[in-house]
Amino acid sequence: MKYIRALAIAVLLIVALSSLLADVLAPSSYARQYRDLPDASPSMQHPLGTDDLGRDRFSRVLHGTRVSLVLAPVAALLTCLLAGIVGGAGGFFGGWIERCVMAATDLLLSLPWLFLLLTVRALLPLNVSPLTSVAITFALLGCLGWAGAARIICADVHTIAESDFILTARSCGSHSFRLLWRHVLPNLKPILLAQFWISIPVFILTEANLGMLGLGISEPMPSWGSLLRELGSYSALSAQPVQFVPLVLFVIVVSSFHLVLSKEELPV
Amino acid sequence: MSVLAKFVAKVVGIVLIGGLLGATLVRFAPGFGVDEEELDTRLNSQSIQNLRAQQESVSVGRFYADYLARLLHGDLGVSRTLQQPVTRLLADRFPETLKSVALGLTLGWSLGLSFAIATVLTRAWVVDALASFLAALLLCLPAAVLAILFVLARIPAQFLLGLVVFPKVFRYSRNLLARSASLPHVLTARAKGLATGRILLWHILPTAAPQLLALAGVSISLAFTAAIPVEALCDLPGIGQLAWKAALGRDITLLINLTMIVTLVTLLANSMSEWAGRAFGARAA
Repeated sequence: MKYIRALAIAVLLIVALSSLLADVLAPSSYARQYRDLPDASPSMQHPLGTDDLGRDRFSRVLHGTRVSLVLAPVAALLTCLLAGIVGGAGGFFGGWIERCVMAATDLLLSLPWLFLLLTVRALLPLNVSPLTSVAITFALLGCLGWAGAARIICADVHTIAESDFILTARSCGSHSFRLLWRHVLPNLKPILLAQFWISIPVFILTEANLGMLGLGISEPMPSWGSLLRELGSYSALSAQPVQFVPLVLFVIVVSSFHLVLSKEELPV
Repeated sequence: MSVLAKFVAKVVGIVLIGGLLGATLVRFAPGFGVDEEELDTRLNSQSIQNLRAQQESVSVGRFYADYLARLLHGDLGVSRTLQQPVTRLLADRFPETLKSVALGLTLGWSLGLSFAIATVLTRAWVVDALASFLAALLLCLPAAVLAILFVLARIPAQFLLGLVVFPKVFRYSRNLLARSASLPHVLTARAKGLATGRILLWHILPTAAPQLLALAGVSISLAFTAAIPVEALCDLPGIGQLAWKAALGRDITLLINLTMIVTLVTLLANSMSEWAGRAFGARAA
């Protein structure tokens, strides 16, 4: 298991590094169209061929991977931050604050995730620039995905807040902020870290689903959602197995994220 | 009785608060209050302004009260994009989704539980590795990709929800059954030479039943959520496809009603499974 974990981390590092160096490694811009070469087969100039609009597929895969790999962790960080604040406050102060936090998480968890995302996404402008759509998509994921994590954190903070060392610190005159900062937060680090790693593949999968439904990141900016949508145009007549490269890469990356977590940290 | 009262209060509370949030979203959604009357060329700009002011003066509270009053009479409003009453759209499309969800749950649970039982009883690493690999692979694929692959392979999309449910059911139930199978009374039963089937039915499954029932509730929510990409991309005329069309057309009224109804269904399913689990647990104890 240790070796598999190390391998998963190595794969993630290689993919992340390649995507961060997309501007150097990619043969052309992700938006540049070679109009005389639509649906081209792989060649020296275009290692993965071109898509139906004549754009270099390799460049799009690199840039799309960058978008998802950079922003999914940012959204996961936002989720952890919100869950930490809400769940932490509920668990630490208890009483009506905890009841309110529990009620809010109950409400959010009762709403089906993708239905909720679609509703909130539909409220925001659809016809926006690609960069704005990237920000909207991942901010939405980050802002709506905190409920489950908040519940876990609330329960853990509650247990920590009632432990002996907190009572001792309180009796020594430590005020609430110091208790939270010096005693509760360090004990929450493993849970927050686990929640962070769990959230990343969830957000990557959700972005892919949204992108494939045309509600994710706008064209011409590539993302895994838009890259995977290309599979819909696959046909036996113009079969290009390289069209499956983004899917293979996607599966490798998501499974690597799953493997980074040890068995005990996994939600299921 | 108090448990039932609490459950009803919880459902009513969530629906009312969810409804209020929904009504607030509808009230402040872009395009709210835009009336076809505004297109009447005989109206001057002053009249159009008056019409808009009249619509905008409706407060959220008033709007919510009207919404609830209409809801009590079974009126969920009219879809802006499809120009049809939401109740009619739901009546047309909900059965299709229910059929897919039921089929998907049956398939997912049959596959997941069978593999979990086989893994725990045979204790063969090949079975475990095969099932775990399949579950891990399916967990890494978005439902939308599976939908496209099903379309390309010309497999009926109704089975697809089963593949979405399977990995969760397998992983969770395998862990639960493995834990139950390692309990001292099960080991004693095994040592006394009881048949494997008997051990499974009388000693392993009853211990894990409450948690498995809780999982059943969660899997319903999972199946409804996956229904959106599956129905949208496989062209199945269910509420998932309706939600997708509503999102693209920014038909907030329709989307919120759909979300509320699916929430109600999943809430009921979760509560019932939780209840059944508790009852089963109490009886087993």
